[in-house]
Amino acid sequence: MKNTPLLNKHLELGAKMAEFAGYNMPISYAGIKEEHRCVREGVGVFDVSHMGEFIIRGKEALDLIQLVTSNDASKLAIGDAQYSCLPNDKGGIVDDLLVYRLDEDQCSEGERAYMLVVNASNIEKDWDWISKHNRFDTKMINISEQSALLAIQGPKAIEALQSLTEINLSDIKYYTFKKGRFAGLDNVLISATGYTGSGGFELYIKNEDAPALWEAIFEAGKDLGIQPIGLGARDTLRMEMGYCLYGHEIDDTTSPIEAGLSWITKLKKGPFNSSEIFIAQKENGTANKLVGFIMEGRRVPRQGYTLEDAEGNTIGRVTSGTQSPSLDKAIGIGYVPKAFSKSETDIYVNIRDKKYKGQVVKLPFYKAG
Amino acid sequence: MTFPEDLKYTKEHEWVRIEGDVATIGVTDFAQSELGDIVYVDIDTEGQELAREEVFGTVEAVKTVSDLFMPLSGTVDSINEKLEDAPDLVNSDPYGDGWMVKIKLSDESEIGDLLSAEAYQELVT
Repeated sequence: MKNTPLLNKHLELGAKMAEFAGYNMPISYAGIKEEHRCVREGVGVFDVSHMGEFIIRGKEALDLIQLVTSNDASKLAIGDAQYSCLPNDKGGIVDDLLVYRLDEDQCSEGERAYMLVVNASNIEKDWDWISKHNRFDTKMINISEQSALLAIQGPKAIEALQSLTEINLSDIKYYTFKKGRFAGLDNVLISATGYTGSGGFELYIKNEDAPALWEAIFEAGKDLGIQPIGLGARDTLRMEMGYCLYGHEIDDTTSPIEAGLSWITKLKKGPFNSSEIFIAQKENGTANKLVGFIMEGRRVPRQGYTLEDAEGNTIGRVTSGTQSPSLDKAIGIGYVPKAFSKSETDIYVNIRDKKYKGQVVKLPFYKAG
Repeated sequence: MTFPEDLKYTKEHEWVRIEGDVATIGVTDFAQSELGDIVYVDIDTEGQELAREEVFGTVEAVKTVSDLFMPLSGTVDSINEKLEDAPDLVNSDPYGDGWMVKIKLSDESEIGDLLSAEAYQELVT
């Protein structure tokens, strides 16, 4: 099992640790509900150094990225980030990812540079998949093992971090980034992105700088009650937003169209992996749709549970579920046929041959403010 | 983590307090810590006679769900009504206000099979 450079910090803080995607990761510190509330109302810090990072650099870097990803990377200016996915050639998803267009300091004339940020569980699979398609004048570098990533999330993130840098953090618009000096470290990539729905930043750094950065952030945010947040709350936060998690809502067999990711599937940008399949699905519709639902009672839907109609016919399956700390209700996400996908449709979760009623709602579950 | 001496334990992480032919049952400090924030305790077996190791209820935590097993054979006599509104009592006071059911024992000879505090502590640490 691999460790992040912050293992000792987590152990000192008494984190509950568990294996996730081959990494020994903090699941919770003070408790999921408490950590969740901290991010929604204040500011919290996640060690997500397990995530993978690839640098794609060369004269045809954009051609490679356009072929393997579904979103339109030609729209990215230097300093922009984009959510996207890697379709396979059967209309499924190899992984979802972020695409950053980097500055060209390291580039020769005519070259471009990008960074792809992928799920830890898929690093090898993604690398092989993209390499296989790299018939271009473009180099790929896997920097996953050398890179650490901290996410500082919550409405008080700017206030907590501003004293650590001369860059005006409120100037960094959602899904853009700046590179610069931060907490005494050079070349920190400061990205206004995240997986919580509560705003904030993600900071990409070298492994060896992670412990010092972690300490500087907790010192700077002390008066705001900054807290460490584990993967448990990361999951409840993303579920309240209806964000997809690979291995749950999306996988090698689900299409981005049925997963509600049409907005990152740009069918007019030119051919890319599976684009023909997606064009047909867009025209004819998909059989199933990903929906969110709120339970009437207190039993919690979990991944793999069957979804049923009122007569007890199987109509779909749950992909994720939890007790929503913000709503104080049990919530679920799952695939159902189009006919059951409208808001306020009653659906039933089968939990050990007992039916529990829920109602389809519009995502996200959590609306800020 | 505490392991009160006056209780008996099971490898399913439940504790048992024997008073005559009545046993009070809950989950251990270790169990509540492993489960994390408990959001619902679902017990619908009141009045039923169940055998040892049968499921008498379910506990839902934010992250996971777990069955509750009868540590001894008996009839579920009463359930802790406080947990309906405050399931987090299981987290904050697992051996006190976080108790789950009281059962009337049907075979007191089974008590000898339960673990001592020391044996249980050894199992989980």
